[in-house]
Amino acid sequence: MSAVQTTSPTPDDTRRRGPLAEVFFSLLRSGTFLTGLAIVLFWVACALFGEHFAPYDPLADDILNALAPPSAEHWFGTDQIGRDVFSRVIVGSRDILTVAPLATLLATVTGTALGLLTGYFRGLVDDVVSRILEAFMAIPVVIVALLAIVALGTSKTTVIVVIGLSFAPIIARTVRSAVLAERELDYVAAAQLRHESALHTMFVEILPNVIPPILVETTVRLGYAIFAVATLSFMGFGIQPPSPDWGLSISNNYGMIGGGFWWTVLFDALAIASLVIGVNLAADGVHGALND
Amino acid sequence: MTLFLLSIMVFLGGQVLPGNVGRAILGPFADQRAVDALNHTLGVDRPLLAQYWGWISNFVQGDMGTSYIFRSPVAPFVIDALGNSMKLAAVAFVLVVPIGILGGVIAALNLNRPLDRIISLGGLSVTVLPEFVTGIILILIFGVWLRWLPISAAWPRNAGFFTQLYYLILPSLPLFLVLFGYIARMARSGMIEALDSDYTRTAVLKGLPWRTVIWRHVLRNALLPTITVIATQTGYLIGGLVVIETLFRYQGIGSLIFTAARGKDFPMLESGILTIGIVYAVATLVADFLYSVLNPRIRLGSDQ
Repeated sequence: MSAVQTTSPTPDDTRRRGPLAEVFFSLLRSGTFLTGLAIVLFWVACALFGEHFAPYDPLADDILNALAPPSAEHWFGTDQIGRDVFSRVIVGSRDILTVAPLATLLATVTGTALGLLTGYFRGLVDDVVSRILEAFMAIPVVIVALLAIVALGTSKTTVIVVIGLSFAPIIARTVRSAVLAERELDYVAAAQLRHESALHTMFVEILPNVIPPILVETTVRLGYAIFAVATLSFMGFGIQPPSPDWGLSISNNYGMIGGGFWWTVLFDALAIASLVIGVNLAADGVHGALND
Repeated sequence: MTLFLLSIMVFLGGQVLPGNVGRAILGPFADQRAVDALNHTLGVDRPLLAQYWGWISNFVQGDMGTSYIFRSPVAPFVIDALGNSMKLAAVAFVLVVPIGILGGVIAALNLNRPLDRIISLGGLSVTVLPEFVTGIILILIFGVWLRWLPISAAWPRNAGFFTQLYYLILPSLPLFLVLFGYIARMARSGMIEALDSDYTRTAVLKGLPWRTVIWRHVLRNALLPTITVIATQTGYLIGGLVVIETLFRYQGIGSLIFTAARGKDFPMLESGILTIGIVYAVATLVADFLYSVLNPRIRLGSDQ
């Protein structure tokens, strides 16, 4: 790849790049992706360094100033025990941005392994595993989560495992169909003729070639994971107090919106909305870049 | 298969519950003998397989067991709640199916023009938002600021049909938004495919008026996949109901499950979830049936 050409690549230039570099460059040209990425990075920065630029301690109460409407002092007002909503919204990104990506990672790893196995071996393994996965997919995540969390107790780990395992079948299905196409190709036959083990063929030969669909599916799932974590926290089955988590804050405060205390919930709701939309825009960009 | 798996999961979820049931009901200070006696009355001291068999065979016969908390049969609660949820889901569906399809069709007919962009991007954005987030924002706008709609779905007693409907508009809107994007997208891609097909070209070249082509040839084919999608969305819809019913304090099956889960009322929780599973299975069956009725290429029976 020549370093001189920095502007719009000529067809020649594109051909000389590796496939991944090509994807990378088309991502950089995708407005959708960049917009989404900017939003996500903003919240990641808040999660990492939020405490340093939040004007107040998100957990410090100030009961004399409780339920103060937005003002110059408290930009987003204060909640029912006087905590600064602006600071809480900034730092509130931390837990969801830990739990959701970990759940997605778990889903991707498990799903990819299952997809490789079912796609590569086909036959009985495929039939049995696929039927079970299909049955699982028919059950709404919220219901699975409710059951598991009631049975196992609430903790971040439970939430990660529940969401990770509920999403794994969906990723497995995507990987399986990609593997089904790959396994007929010559390089797989070559590996088999060299007497490579099935594991080697699956993970070293096939896996690198099915990365693009996995990447797309993972970014899409991340959006759904954030959806699920936020919803579970709102239901009281996810992230627990005293975390300033957005879903949790909404569930603590929405009982009072009839009284007109809109600032205690609106900003958290908008924060969740922006993060979810950001991730989905980025996912849409990745999808577009890999399928062009 | 799904129902079977669900029943096993539901049941196991009940069994690995930390602490025993009798203890949970009677409280930490109750006499151990009283706890044992209650466990025996409730039948939770029997072997697992026996409990499962007893529960599932009773359920099939319409006996859903006795609520641990209310000490009365579960069935009336579940049936009541299911009825309420059906009302809410019906309002959401009646709104979203025509509007979603219309949105998709309009987008496809204006392919890549601004109108299409607005519908597609807008639909995508509202679809990915959690129901409680859109719910909160809608409550703030229509309930708190404009004061057009009530912020709780609990209507006054003896409310007539229209009053109930009035109370259900706001809760059904978040469900509407989540489903709208999916349905519109499916309708759009179905339309695009159908508009691009040979039979559409033939119809146009035959000199049929554009309106006839759209109504008789394009729509019928375009909407087939949409119907399947609508049926698969019942699963998501149910997940959404749990959230929405909690948010709006509505006595539906979702909030029934939620309350039962919180109170560890297992017969109630198990029956609620299994009922949802059955509703889902029926919805899928109905969709398959509708699909075969509407698709001229699949004809059931021998009416050739």
